[in-house]
Amino acid sequence: MSPVSAHVHAIEPAESPLTPESWGKLGMWIFLAGDAMSFGGLLAGYGALRAGATDWPNPLEVLGINLTAFMTFLLICSSVTMVKALSAIRHGNQQRLRNFLLLTILGGLTFLGLQAYEWTHLITAQQVTFTSNPYGNYLFGTTFFVITGFHGAHVTGGVIYLSLILLNSLRGRYSAEHYSTVENAGLYWHFVDLVWILVFTFVYLIK
Amino acid sequence: MSALHKEPNYMMVFFALFVLTVLEIGAIYLPIGRVGVAILLILLALSKASLVAMYFMHLKFEKRTLGIIALTPLILCTLLIIALLPDLTGTPRDSSRLRAEQAGVPAAGEMQ
Repeated sequence: MSPVSAHVHAIEPAESPLTPESWGKLGMWIFLAGDAMSFGGLLAGYGALRAGATDWPNPLEVLGINLTAFMTFLLICSSVTMVKALSAIRHGNQQRLRNFLLLTILGGLTFLGLQAYEWTHLITAQQVTFTSNPYGNYLFGTTFFVITGFHGAHVTGGVIYLSLILLNSLRGRYSAEHYSTVENAGLYWHFVDLVWILVFTFVYLIK
Repeated sequence: MSALHKEPNYMMVFFALFVLTVLEIGAIYLPIGRVGVAILLILLALSKASLVAMYFMHLKFEKRTLGIIALTPLILCTLLIIALLPDLTGTPRDSSRLRAEQAGVPAAGEMQ
């Protein structure tokens, strides 16, 4: 061991104690824990507003459950393609990594397109806006747009994040030895899927 | 660099998530009351979320301390909901009454 590396090792251990592979992964997990707090706060606040209201509309009658069930299915599929992308690069297969990353990005983009369609339909055809709706309590619209909007922003961020990973993979940055960046991006993407599972249940399914 | 852990069967996880989603849609129509359906839906959603965290996010193969970090938001949110409970059981809010009050117009049934 050279004197320089011995010195660096004395400052911080090369491996994080919680995730042996990298500090970056621990950082991503802590970021996600904080992000989960944001979503948790939104959903708990949503529950409090909804439980306290007498004229809350039945989401099953206002929102398109078939469309959002398909959107849920789509995100689950994109989570599978993401985990397959990681698996590919762990085995050193660059082409499979690119293909699966591209599929994941397409899944995210389709989700966003369907969400844009859903919002447009709600706002123009059903007159549900941030401050009013014809079905009952105005907070129904407010909380709906805030929560699904916050999630949609996460999907948008994820699509950009994964596109950058795809660009880097085209430059051959990843290999069977160096894949931690792909893994961290994957953690973010799976988290967005996980949160949607909860949003789908609380905002769309529970009447 | 740690050794590769054995990969779980991702397609099985996908299939489980798919089946649970179908069950969720079916659960909406069960004749077990509004609260019963809500509890069932939350249990189904939490099992889907744990499948994603355990197998796709590989939490099952990480150190236990990392799992505790991941669970902390869930514990804090549960505490938050308990803290909100007194508010939930308080006076119900009616948005039409609220808006009428804001507009300075007495709502129906008031000012008698």
